[in-house]
Amino acid sequence: MADDRKKLSMTLGESLRQQGVSRRGFLKYCAATASMMALPPNMVPAVAQALEKARRPSVIWLSFQECTGCTESLTRSHSPSVENLIFDHISLDYHHTLQVASGDAAEAAREAAMHENEGKYIVVVDGSIPLANPGYSAIAGISNLQMLEETVAGAAAVVAVGSCAAFGGLPHANPNPTGAVSVGEIIKDKPVVNVSGCPPIPTVITGVLAHFLTFGSLPELDALGRPMVFFGQSIHDRCYRRPFYDKGLFAETFDDEGARKGWCLFRLGCKGPMTYNACATAKWNQGTSWPVESGHGCLGCSEPDFWDAGGFYNALSIPDSDLTRKTGYVVGAGVALGAAAGALNRSTRAKAAAKHETVTIDDLDKKS
Amino acid sequence: MQRLQDIAIKVESPEGIQASHGNALPILHEILHALQRFSTEGEQSCIDLRSLPFGPGDEEELLRLLGRGEINMTMDALGESTIWETAFSGVWIVDHRNAEGERVALQIEIGSVPQIVFSQQEDIVDAIDRLAAQLEEH
Repeated sequence: MADDRKKLSMTLGESLRQQGVSRRGFLKYCAATASMMALPPNMVPAVAQALEKARRPSVIWLSFQECTGCTESLTRSHSPSVENLIFDHISLDYHHTLQVASGDAAEAAREAAMHENEGKYIVVVDGSIPLANPGYSAIAGISNLQMLEETVAGAAAVVAVGSCAAFGGLPHANPNPTGAVSVGEIIKDKPVVNVSGCPPIPTVITGVLAHFLTFGSLPELDALGRPMVFFGQSIHDRCYRRPFYDKGLFAETFDDEGARKGWCLFRLGCKGPMTYNACATAKWNQGTSWPVESGHGCLGCSEPDFWDAGGFYNALSIPDSDLTRKTGYVVGAGVALGAAAGALNRSTRAKAAAKHETVTIDDLDKKS
Repeated sequence: MQRLQDIAIKVESPEGIQASHGNALPILHEILHALQRFSTEGEQSCIDLRSLPFGPGDEEELLRLLGRGEINMTMDALGESTIWETAFSGVWIVDHRNAEGERVALQIEIGSVPQIVFSQQEDIVDAIDRLAAQLEEH
């Protein structure tokens, strides 16, 4: 306990030096951290300067109506790795799945962390909160709602991890038998960051925590409370298959020529155009691949109510206009030109997403 | 436990050739402009390849086009990093791995030498203390 307190009072720079990590090692750590936070490499000196002085914050992780998939995602990230190193520098004081303590001792740890770090600790929440009947989900006899309210009262900020905590997720899906709501629907007087996804990308979860550790503030958020740096662009805009969409080359089934050649999965129900997330760049399984690269369309799991948004294999609304003509066959230079096409299509896509009518492949064929 | 990169999975296109998705050439253009800026103005720059939406084969194609130059280095700090100059002088690849050998950053650095290669002032101060202490023992 005394060691823990000593560790808490040390800056990250001091802590790493004590572990025998050289300055080069520290700079490497900063380069990886900046990359994880999706910051440009020229920010590395600023990250180094900030991390040198950073003190590890206390984190209380609350799990409500959830499947533990978010924790699975987090813990299966390259282990041990830079992310884990960051975790060594966060004082994770309460987490049902990961903590050794149980029963009264576990609850005492939560209360101690709240008391000792009043106004400074971070609350991470995964899972939605049932309002229909508090008995649907309770921990140590405390309802989820009560535990959330009392834990958040002294927190600096709240991070809602996963689509359940961010938007209600699966428990909130029609007919929502437990009256599940998101964290943001309850907490109005503290900053709430939504790290959506089912589950969220591990490096996005750690990236947000790293941002707080590094800069002592929360990243810029979009209209849905998600960090812009990870959720600022749609899957479609960052998709390496985007040039095929622009050229009008689509897979029609999962085993046709288009599927084998890696063409666009739009007609197979890919929700990439209406989904904002970092899968196309951060990827999954240690950067190995991501759903579209594996040949399956995006499910849209980081968007509100994605479970109720129609079938996963139903194509989105038909685009209002012929994008091929506007973008002028910009195939072959996906990185630079994909971004330009993205800007051009943003309003078109927004309209399509707003209309969001489910159509069949036959309908699309008639239209095209 | 077997690590992911130890599992022998090879992605092949139907023709048996790993196709790329055309993302290497725009990056090469960016590198060319950065190299010109470094040559004329001395401005160093760095590209984080992990932030780019590469498709299968793009990274391999980019590294193939850049080739290998005269210098290869390894750095052992929080895992092994491999650093090499490409066939184009002033264009370096910095491949940072963690202790498990998993990649944590892949960068292209444009400059005389990647910044992380230089001895760092903090380490030099520490080295002076250790060297002096060692001499005192003898």
